[in-house]
Amino acid sequence: MFSKRKTTTALLLGASSVALVACGTTVSSSTSTTAASTATTQAAASGGSIKTGLKVVVIPKVIGNSYFTTADSVQSGGALAALQSLGETGSETSGTAATPSSQLPVIQSAITQGANALVISATDPTALCPTLNQAMAKGITVVTYDSDAPTCRNLFVNQASTSQIGTSEVDLLAKQINSTGDIAIVSATASATNQNAWIGYMKQELTKYPNMHLVSIVYGNDDPATATAVTQGLLQQYPNLKGIISPTTVGIAAAAALLDTPQYRGKIALTGLATPNEMKKYVADGTVTSFELWNPANLGYLAGYAAAELASKAITNTPGQTFTAGKLGKYTIASDHSILLGAPYVFDKTNINNFNF
Amino acid sequence: MTLIEQNSQSNPSNSGSSVELVPSGASKFTSLVFRAREFGIFGILFIFVLLTTAIKPRFLAGQNIKFILIDTTIFALLALGETMVVVSKNVDLSIGSILGLSAFVSSNLYQQFHHVSIVFVFAVGIGIGLVLGVVNGVLIAFGRVPSLVVTLASLYIFRGLDVLIVGGRQVVASSLPSNFLSVTSASFGAIPIISIVVAIVVFGGAYYLKNYRSGRDLYAIGSSEQAAGLVGIPIAKRVFTAFAISGAIAGLAGVIWASYYGTIDSTAGTGYEFTVVTAVVVGGVAIFGGSGSAIGAAIGALLLNTINSSLYVLGVSAFWDQAISGLLLILAIALDRGIGLYLAKSLRKRSSRVAS
Repeated sequence: MFSKRKTTTALLLGASSVALVACGTTVSSSTSTTAASTATTQAAASGGSIKTGLKVVVIPKVIGNSYFTTADSVQSGGALAALQSLGETGSETSGTAATPSSQLPVIQSAITQGANALVISATDPTALCPTLNQAMAKGITVVTYDSDAPTCRNLFVNQASTSQIGTSEVDLLAKQINSTGDIAIVSATASATNQNAWIGYMKQELTKYPNMHLVSIVYGNDDPATATAVTQGLLQQYPNLKGIISPTTVGIAAAAALLDTPQYRGKIALTGLATPNEMKKYVADGTVTSFELWNPANLGYLAGYAAAELASKAITNTPGQTFTAGKLGKYTIASDHSILLGAPYVFDKTNINNFNF
Repeated sequence: MTLIEQNSQSNPSNSGSSVELVPSGASKFTSLVFRAREFGIFGILFIFVLLTTAIKPRFLAGQNIKFILIDTTIFALLALGETMVVVSKNVDLSIGSILGLSAFVSSNLYQQFHHVSIVFVFAVGIGIGLVLGVVNGVLIAFGRVPSLVVTLASLYIFRGLDVLIVGGRQVVASSLPSNFLSVTSASFGAIPIISIVVAIVVFGGAYYLKNYRSGRDLYAIGSSEQAAGLVGIPIAKRVFTAFAISGAIAGLAGVIWASYYGTIDSTAGTGYEFTVVTAVVVGGVAIFGGSGSAIGAAIGALLLNTINSSLYVLGVSAFWDQAISGLLLILAIALDRGIGLYLAKSLRKRSSRVAS
């Protein structure tokens, strides 16, 4: 009798935990289909119009990250806002860790639920491919944004050209350290597509600065504790370090918190990609001089818009095709089936307080 | 613990025993062996520090010591709560999620209200931890559900709550006042003040576990729950208290985490439970309950963080860090098993000598 009760309680508890896990990992914010699609049919080279009521699932790398929330949410004017304005049913969902194993089940469930299009930031360039190919085989439009999976999507919405980000960050740091000294990179995960592409261009740009030496690249895995630990390691390993580039919001926030002491402030320059709110304290107290980012809300908006265009067959992903993405204006599909949002934006103490995200 | 089981088997009349009831000569002997166990961890720690310093002398620079200590502080604190739970043959896997929830909600007070007292922020963090710990404790001690199941479930539930509450928001350093950030940045020479405070708390906790009746009861419960019940130990009450305290400690650790990292979103503390359980086991606390000390667990945390730091300072791939942690875990368990078997054998020899 007793043991029976014990089992029941355990089962109940198990079930409730599963239910709550589901809540925890898939925070969805659905938008209604009420919005009219009148103003938005000005269109594409192929001349088709955008269908309404399409089910579009937006899958960031991880849920609960402020960058992706800005890129996706209705309030900030991101992907879901674009979909709402077009009269589509958009929802945002992802796993609680930025790993393929956490993202894959989410993609699979989106396919099962009969999505018309996926807007996804890939946690890995290849690991997601079998599932994404399966989606495309079922006629689902796959648009990647932020981080690409080049071999298994219809279109990639590129936040800023890879080369521009790589080169401009090196230029930004060079200005701060007088183009001289040892520098290091605090990246996200060793397998992140966008990170590695940017780092490639950083190395190329560094050849223009003979007195700047890239001594190390470390990986903080987009986890504050790991990013802090690897940055601590850098500071000990290279006592003459003059500058750090961290092209990831988690990495730069961890590095900034670490450098925010009299010992390092102003002596080791830090730049990279960050949201203005994360850096406000550090820009104000002089730990960080300048950093850059694109507008994540515009990135999401463009990705959402492109997904609706493609899923409606209003455009195809043929290079050279053009379409107008609502408030953002006209875009042309490049030869690698991608579209480019624009140049990165530099934040410093003169403009940082004009932004709130 | 193997030792106690074997011992109570050989002395059926002492079936209610914890270590206290072992004859005093043997008690001295066993405590010597277990002290040797803690020295063993120190030995490994020493070797690592020595090797790393030989290659990179800066490893022992004040700044790096500060880094290691402050990282260790959070884990050593969590390890204290975990030790209380593990010696009673339970496990608390929800501490990382409790830390995350406490870190966000407490530090977010600064964004919501102006002029919040730092004492209030700490009280809220500890309070959240206590409430969540009580939820665990009620289900485990009074609902009679195995702690592995309950805390595995609450690991997800509490993290889910965290994600629901936080959404995509984050607390940023610019919203935190300097007196809050200086909780972790203030230091006495190379030693952060918070590390000294936590060291005192850990020593206090270890003393309580070792010398107070209610603390000793946890060991007895971990050795043999049945026997502990027979001698009248209030098992449910003690286990409940252990989980409530473990939760409160995780809540406190969350506030410290927020002060240290300054940027807090819903992922704070993800996966910490595994590092803490590793630290506890490496630190000589038997995973099947009944033996080990909070100080050992804190040294275990120090060892893991030192290895972590030394690998980064040496520029060795982070993969090795995880591999070495795993290796240490296996070593620790093998060592425990070995010591257990050895002690049982020598105790049997002694008691037979006494009998004849």
